[in-house]
Amino acid sequence: MFAFSKEAEKKIEKILKKYPEGRKRSALLPLLTLVQRQERHVNPDAMREIGRRLDLSPAYVQSVCSFYTMYSNKPVGKYLILFCINISCQLNGCDELLAHTAKKLNIEIGGTTEDMKFTLHREECLAACSGGPMMRINDTFYENLTAEKIDQILGSLD
Amino acid sequence: MTQILFHNINKKNLHTLEVYEQEGGYQGLKKAFAREPDEIVEMVKASGLRGRGGAGFPTGLKWSFLAKDVFPRYLCCNADESEPGTCKDRELLLKNPHLLIEGMILCSYACKIETGYIYLRGEFYDLCEIMEGAIEEAYAKGYLGKNILGSGFNLDIHTHLGAGAYICGEESALLNSLEGGRGEPRMKPPFPAVQGLYEKPTVINNVETLCVVPYIVNNGAEKHAAIGTEKSKGTKLVSVSGHVKKPGNYEVVMGTTVREIIYDLAGGIRDDNELKAYIPGGSSVPMVPADQVDTPYDYESLQAIGTMLGSGALIVIDHTVNVVETSLRLASFYMHESCGKCTPCREGTRWMWQLLNQIQTGQGEAAHVDKLVDICDNMSFKCFCPLGDAAVAPVISSIQKFRADYDELIEKLTANPAV
Repeated sequence: MFAFSKEAEKKIEKILKKYPEGRKRSALLPLLTLVQRQERHVNPDAMREIGRRLDLSPAYVQSVCSFYTMYSNKPVGKYLILFCINISCQLNGCDELLAHTAKKLNIEIGGTTEDMKFTLHREECLAACSGGPMMRINDTFYENLTAEKIDQILGSLD
Repeated sequence: MTQILFHNINKKNLHTLEVYEQEGGYQGLKKAFAREPDEIVEMVKASGLRGRGGAGFPTGLKWSFLAKDVFPRYLCCNADESEPGTCKDRELLLKNPHLLIEGMILCSYACKIETGYIYLRGEFYDLCEIMEGAIEEAYAKGYLGKNILGSGFNLDIHTHLGAGAYICGEESALLNSLEGGRGEPRMKPPFPAVQGLYEKPTVINNVETLCVVPYIVNNGAEKHAAIGTEKSKGTKLVSVSGHVKKPGNYEVVMGTTVREIIYDLAGGIRDDNELKAYIPGGSSVPMVPADQVDTPYDYESLQAIGTMLGSGALIVIDHTVNVVETSLRLASFYMHESCGKCTPCREGTRWMWQLLNQIQTGQGEAAHVDKLVDICDNMSFKCFCPLGDAAVAPVISSIQKFRADYDELIEKLTANPAV
């Protein structure tokens, strides 16, 4: 069964206060985000729990959840690497670096390492275009990447 | 060079209230509260400020469209920065969050709004925390909350994170997302100024637009209107990316030429290569060949050569690139981001990607290029929201300006498929 952590419960209290009375559906994305960050994915149990709190049907919660790419239906690794492949990064050689990263981690692009440490995703523009090639690992942006820099970054994460 | 937003952007700890106040921050509030709200709207109208998110709509006019005497009203700051090539709002949010808060307070006072939301793209989690820290400081100092500085004016500002959907930068999709729905665009009219968030009158402005407002209130509309060209007033943050020596965000006076931005500010083309083309306003606007590099960077001049200033993202491409590569990459992006609501966009983006992918992988023929032109024609102005047109712009412009790239690639790959 899914349950929000204590810290998440505190955040939920704050989140619900942001929206006017009768508009708690607005808290849907923030609550899904809490689940994704806590569980590294959003499963049907969690969707039911969110629906219960916000008076929404599980089907509605799922219809919204499936629209947004930051919610995943199976667990992602401890470190989620989003590698930007859009035009500005493309022009600066991101394709080779993405292939390098996949090889280094010994996974397919889109895959997760067996020890659940790393997930590697091809990502659309992350708004760091003048620092391309770039990637985001969990909440941190890494810019002006080179193969050496990537090796160093990956090596520094435990 | 005149700078409105970036003159102190690298000042240490500018993101803190203390430093922001030392720099003259929040001075606009008292000046605004001494006037009637309508006067501030008129002031912003007279300043010539236009939306910095992409459409370039006059800001003061947008504010004046709010449905009369309908309350509550809402302000939504669009911090969903997702247009490929654009990274200017990220820098403002990261380094100067109080400037945005001040701009939101001034806008809200002018428009009689008591609740504002900052809709940040989900990947800006780190910026959201910075923003929340700044909001907390502003509450503690009495710049937000009830009866701000004894004016009788109340305002609450909240952050709201998206979750990875380019389309949520479109204002009506943003509202649906903020209301806890799928980020699909709404039918207009009614426009958000009449029925926006929670069916109430709503102002939606880009981060950069709101950040200009304190300058206008502090220095007067005339001072702002004196900067720039006849119709494009003020400055613009330009995100320069791609094949330049010094990529980065630069604040330029409207009307500065593209050449000056690329060669003087951004250091010229990498390896001293030749410029082939540039995309002036983010991936959704038509690309421009190098011979038009002397175009002034402002709304009208760029429109006159068949493109747009857009969000202010200048993507620079050198002569080593075959534009099929970039067109394919952008077609893939729009296919991924189409919300699927309407057929021309949903099917058209996929079809464009398929044809471009065939060309790029050696299965192309000349007829594919004509088919691409045909698809572009069938998508243009036939979609519910601007995403369909945005998807067309890079592809059709690359064919119109660089047809030879397509023909050469098709010929090369068909002659020798192994290459």
